[in-house]
Amino acid sequence: MALLGSISPLLTTGWSQGDAGWRLRDYEARGGYTQLKRILSGNMSPDDLIAEIKKSLLRGRGGAGFPTGLKWSFMPRSFPGDKYVVCNSDEGEPGTFKDRDLLRFDPHAVIEGMIIAGYAMGASRGYNYIHGEIFSIYERFEEALDEARAAGYLGASVCGSAFAFELFAHHGYGAYICGEETGLLESLEGKKGQPRFKPPFPASYGLYGKPTTINNTETFAAIPFILGMGGDAFLALGKPNNGGTKLFSVSGHVNRPGNYEVPLGTPFATLLEMAGGMRGGRKLKAVIPGGSSAPVLPADVMMETTMDYDSIAKAGSMLGSGAVIVMDESTCMVKALERLSYFYFEESCGQCTPCREGTGWLYRVVHRIEHGKGRAEDLDLLNRVTDNIMGRTICALGDAASLPVRSFIKHFKSEFEYHIEHGKCLVDPAAQSAGSGFFRAEGSL
Amino acid sequence: MIDIELNGKAIQVAPGSTIMDAAHQVGTYIPHFCYHKKLSIAANCRMCLVQVEKAPKPLPACATPVTPGMKIFTHSELAVSAQKGVMEFLLINHPLDCPICDQGGECQLQDLAVGYGDSASKYEEEKRVVADKDLGPLVKTDMTRCINCTRCIRFTQEIAGVMELGQAFRGEHAEVMPFVEKTVDSELSGNIIDLCPVGALTSKPFRFSARTWELSRRKSISPHDSLGSHLIVQTKHDRVMRVLPRENEEINECWISDKDRYSYEALNAPERLTRPMLKQGGVWHEVDWPVALDYVSHALRDVAKTSGGEAIGGLFSPHATLEELYLGQKLLRGLGCGNIDTRLRHSDFSADGQRLGMPWLGMSLTQLSQLDRVLVVGAFLRKDQPLIAQRLRQSAKRGAQVSFLHSAGDDQLIKQVGLASQVVVAPSQLPALLAQVVKAVSTQQGVALGLDDVNVNWADLAVSAEAGRMAQSLLSGQNIGILLGNFAQQHPQAATLHVLANKLATLLSGKFGFLGEAANSLGAYVAKAIPQTGALPVKAMLAKPRRAYVLLGVEPELDCADGAAALRALNQASSVIMLSPFKPAAAMDYADCLLPVSPFTETSGTFVNCEGRVQSFYAAVKPLAETRPAWKVLRVLANLLDLPGFDYTSSENVKAEALGLAAGAMPVVVAGLDNGMAPRPDMSLGVLGMAQTGGIERVTDVPIHFADQLVRYAPGLQKTKDAAHPAARMNAATMARFGLQHGDWVKVGSGDTAANLSAEPKSTGSQATDAMLRAELDIGLPDNVVRIAAGHTATVAAGDMFATVHLEKADKA
Amino acid sequence: MLSSESLQKIDREIAKYPADQKQSAVMAALAIAQDEKSWLARETIEFVARYLGMPPIAAYEVASFYNMYDLEPVGEYKLTVCTNLPCALSGGVHAADYLKEKLGIGFNETTPDGRFTLKEGECLGACGDAPVLLVNNKRMCSFMLPAQIDALLAECK
Ligand SMILES: Cc1cc2nc3c(=O)[nH]c(=O)nc-3n(C[C@H](O)[C@H](O)[C@H](O)COP(=O)(O)O)c2cc1C
Ligand code: SF4
Ligand code: FES
Repeated sequence: MALLGSISPLLTTGWSQGDAGWRLRDYEARGGYTQLKRILSGNMSPDDLIAEIKKSLLRGRGGAGFPTGLKWSFMPRSFPGDKYVVCNSDEGEPGTFKDRDLLRFDPHAVIEGMIIAGYAMGASRGYNYIHGEIFSIYERFEEALDEARAAGYLGASVCGSAFAFELFAHHGYGAYICGEETGLLESLEGKKGQPRFKPPFPASYGLYGKPTTINNTETFAAIPFILGMGGDAFLALGKPNNGGTKLFSVSGHVNRPGNYEVPLGTPFATLLEMAGGMRGGRKLKAVIPGGSSAPVLPADVMMETTMDYDSIAKAGSMLGSGAVIVMDESTCMVKALERLSYFYFEESCGQCTPCREGTGWLYRVVHRIEHGKGRAEDLDLLNRVTDNIMGRTICALGDAASLPVRSFIKHFKSEFEYHIEHGKCLVDPAAQSAGSGFFRAEGSL
Repeated sequence: MIDIELNGKAIQVAPGSTIMDAAHQVGTYIPHFCYHKKLSIAANCRMCLVQVEKAPKPLPACATPVTPGMKIFTHSELAVSAQKGVMEFLLINHPLDCPICDQGGECQLQDLAVGYGDSASKYEEEKRVVADKDLGPLVKTDMTRCINCTRCIRFTQEIAGVMELGQAFRGEHAEVMPFVEKTVDSELSGNIIDLCPVGALTSKPFRFSARTWELSRRKSISPHDSLGSHLIVQTKHDRVMRVLPRENEEINECWISDKDRYSYEALNAPERLTRPMLKQGGVWHEVDWPVALDYVSHALRDVAKTSGGEAIGGLFSPHATLEELYLGQKLLRGLGCGNIDTRLRHSDFSADGQRLGMPWLGMSLTQLSQLDRVLVVGAFLRKDQPLIAQRLRQSAKRGAQVSFLHSAGDDQLIKQVGLASQVVVAPSQLPALLAQVVKAVSTQQGVALGLDDVNVNWADLAVSAEAGRMAQSLLSGQNIGILLGNFAQQHPQAATLHVLANKLATLLSGKFGFLGEAANSLGAYVAKAIPQTGALPVKAMLAKPRRAYVLLGVEPELDCADGAAALRALNQASSVIMLSPFKPAAAMDYADCLLPVSPFTETSGTFVNCEGRVQSFYAAVKPLAETRPAWKVLRVLANLLDLPGFDYTSSENVKAEALGLAAGAMPVVVAGLDNGMAPRPDMSLGVLGMAQTGGIERVTDVPIHFADQLVRYAPGLQKTKDAAHPAARMNAATMARFGLQHGDWVKVGSGDTAANLSAEPKSTGSQATDAMLRAELDIGLPDNVVRIAAGHTATVAAGDMFATVHLEKADKA
Repeated sequence: MLSSESLQKIDREIAKYPADQKQSAVMAALAIAQDEKSWLARETIEFVARYLGMPPIAAYEVASFYNMYDLEPVGEYKLTVCTNLPCALSGGVHAADYLKEKLGIGFNETTPDGRFTLKEGECLGACGDAPVLLVNNKRMCSFMLPAQIDALLAECK
């Protein structure tokens, strides 16, 4: 759980009670819904609200890191018909599991954030699209919605004001691509989750063709806290241009995988320490700092880096969704890449040519190399195929599939070459097995 | 206008244009697969990537809107490398089986691969194989060749109106398919073949019969519905191998119906009549032309001499050419016979002599597409005029409101857009319902309805809620059209419907028109193949049997309103002369002379479409065997009969005379079109409603592939769902009333003939009276009607299309 | 075709969307139908499509696009093991191997007694709890080391 050093937790405040603290009364006891009430009692206009969010320099927590206040200001103000606010809880990016815990331990923070967003953008309806694999969390969210409805936080007259807002949950059913915002919208409309070509962007043509704003779960959850402490104070928690605290999902070869809330700008080394350090005391080899789509970075680069959008970008990767995948020396980088390439191959929506055809090509070549059938020209071929995918697809999945390939080859080229030359791993297979920790308990194969 | 630069050239384009539009405007080609000007933009193939100054990555031309000052490079190094990259991806899983692919020679992938493909692929992994799908009798699949451009899917959704194809699964496993074990049954299905840029969808009947480069292309005009769709007829060694659409934005755009596309199969069918035949002593003999023509001239002269010309009846197909119809009527009139008709399925002729001009669409097809409120009365629109239905579907999507007044609830595939409403009543109630709409409109407008054009007691006429809603919809429009469909024109009170619809259009300052039943329904008026005052229209010709009949391209038992009456009349005649490309089984009983005449591909001719547009065509191939163009046959026959004025040297002469023009003049639209009618004070709502004799009303559709001779002999079309064996269709309440279950056998007898229907007649057109139809549930029908298709031997015995019939549950004998 | 409880549940889902957007409920409706029938036969998909007023092929597109729908019959317990990289680093692949050996089946296979079907899952969104697996799409099991897997299998009798 959260360890923030000198700073007290923000988004994870309610988590300390575990599964016992998610109810409406618990949230209210923590001061929940006071920001919504304050706003609706006439103390803040939509414009002031958006200005406050802009000040906080909250950047979208879903992956792209786009400034949230700016995004909200794109919604057409005077649009006559329906407008929508959509929360992206599809969280399918390998390594990411923060939204699940946000919804599990503090669903009302997300609900309050969405209602406030609805008010700020003049939307009267919202949907939260929840990853299908975490079905019990979806059911809990529906319960939380019922509580909010019963308490008058949702409905025709929110908190007795003239503002009407309805909010519903929609579950996915197993498709990573529905995390992409327009794939998500298609899915919400009852179709395959195939991303749309942009422009038009959702702010002008979104759900059912109406203006729509989509934000990540963590983005919405941060809203009440920002309004509580003020945009400037939130910004001050982090670094310039990288406002506030952020949840990092740490997975892989660490002793205590889990979510950690830290101020943006915290050194990676500190985060690693919070996660209990390296499992079995083994040596750090590589880290994917922002979810599986982000380029991998070697240990030495990571240990010099702080966890914020700009620093990680400078180091050659992306903060992305804040999923930190930690790999120790027992990891075979070819096998690791094979697993990721399989994922993108499997999850390509199949719509556009470069991604549909290219992800399969990438996977098959990496698979061949991993299985001892690599050829000398394969590494060039892989880079060339990624050249033909990147920037040529409808959505960013094409880039997401390419970046791991390029970065793995770039930073761990010798390992790939060894595979091609010798038809086997540089890393001892027994060591690889031991690294997983599966056999730490009794029972064996 | 927006100023942009394309490949260094400054151009101006309309706001809202895409880069693709801009390139088209100046004739610059950008390679593409998924883009199609008539379909929504998918931007999925990525073949059209181009470079745009300041854009960090190449952009798809088909989907990227132009912005002021944009600088576009379609052939820069970046653009070409992006295009080549996409081409490489498209080819890695493509079978590259061009030598055995039917698309070879007309494949966009093949063409572009030459320009953008690398000769040797770097792809050495296993290729994908995709299972083929059964799309029915017309479209063949080779799904491994599919490049997932989704054009076919978008066509079914957007143009054909119902999503029959989809892309199931995802990623590399994505497959284009119909719903499991379903076929593609749209009457426009063949268009997906043209749309498919590779050889994944090809024509089943055409398959492997020729390589595309061996085919000659001839322009032609469709002989089926009243649009006169433009065709390309492809031939090899004087045989028609394939028919494709010829683009004409004002008529068929780039589409044709399956009927237009596949009816050519009949041209090569075994039922073709190839030599003249005479029946002597009950035995048929093949004879030479002179013998046959001599026989015919004697037979006709004989009847005319002994019983007068009026003892002859001429039934001509409205699918015959202007030239044929003109010479046919001129010949018979030369013999003193005015009994000539082409309106074979009509039953109300009371408008004859009252019309102010020739009935037509009342507008151009382009204008039809601009209507924002449309009321269609009595029409199986989707099956009767598929491309007009398609136009209205697009209008509805743009916001036009389309309403239907009809006796069957068939989905005209506009409803699903949510913008069409349909009110369904028994045929006898149709005039009253239309009158209610007229009243509702006039009440809203505060206009008093007089007795001037139709004697209706307006004051007592109650307006139903539905009629009120339709009136409301019409009143809210700017550009209104009222259309009478085939069913309304065939209705026993067609003239009443005509007057009421006209009245409605006048009140609304809208347009009023007839949808046009056949390729040359309007041309028949031009050719005067319509009885003039005093002569008998078709119904009377059959009711008061003639001594001799001349049939031109007609199988009366299938083509007339009352097939049973037609058979009775023909069987008693002393002579029945049939000019036909086919040898119908029934005709072997009632005819005594069969003359093989050319179908539309083997003769020159003219059709006048529903807009009044004169469209001529040349023969695409030589006449088959001893077949001769009917206009030539009629000319020789007239010469043999010593009739004056038959010294034509070409069909052009005939056409000029028929149109009243100097030879060589090129008319575009015929003169004399007018849908008005002289006042009809004799027509009162008091007699609206047909006699009820205790039976139930019949609703008759003419299924698309039973509608004319050519389609009936086309094997592919006959295998489609649209050509399913006729049934006795009823709604649940009516079924219950007769104690019927879906699938039960039911004996159907018409009030007039008391004949039973034959599901399996012993021979075509025989008057079997001892068999039955299956009862079938049709939830779209009103109460107390039974729907029975026309145009099929199994339903001939049911008699008149609008008869009151008796139903009886039966065991299968 | 579906029980009245299922239809009621579907109706509740439909109510979440604007009146003219019934199709939005298709994912939930297919999930509800699958809960009742254990897998999605062609007729079931067609029924759901008609219930929602959408073309059957559009419902089939959805049913075939998302991983958690089963277009083929599955065992009483469908176990979906995540083998994605973060999970693999913490034993996801080993957990799958362990299950394969215990059940004597591979991925996408069902035990002869019809009790278990094994599926390979992509990221379940619980990488911190690896190894993780899902039972019948709805129940997430975390930290599935050999002892926990044995206990789960014992429970699923
Ligand atoms: C392939 C792909 C998968 C994505 N998955 C997610 C996801 O699971 N959750 C998420 O919030 N954003 C995801 N995104 C990013 C969204 O498209 C979108 O940018 C984000 O939800 C916006 O929210 P934010 O501004 O609050 O970050 C994904 C993007 C891509 C291209
Ligand atoms: S990049 Fe891949 S996932 Fe994105 S639209 Fe194209 S095919 Fe679909
Ligand atoms: S034609 Fe533009 S992406 Fe296919």
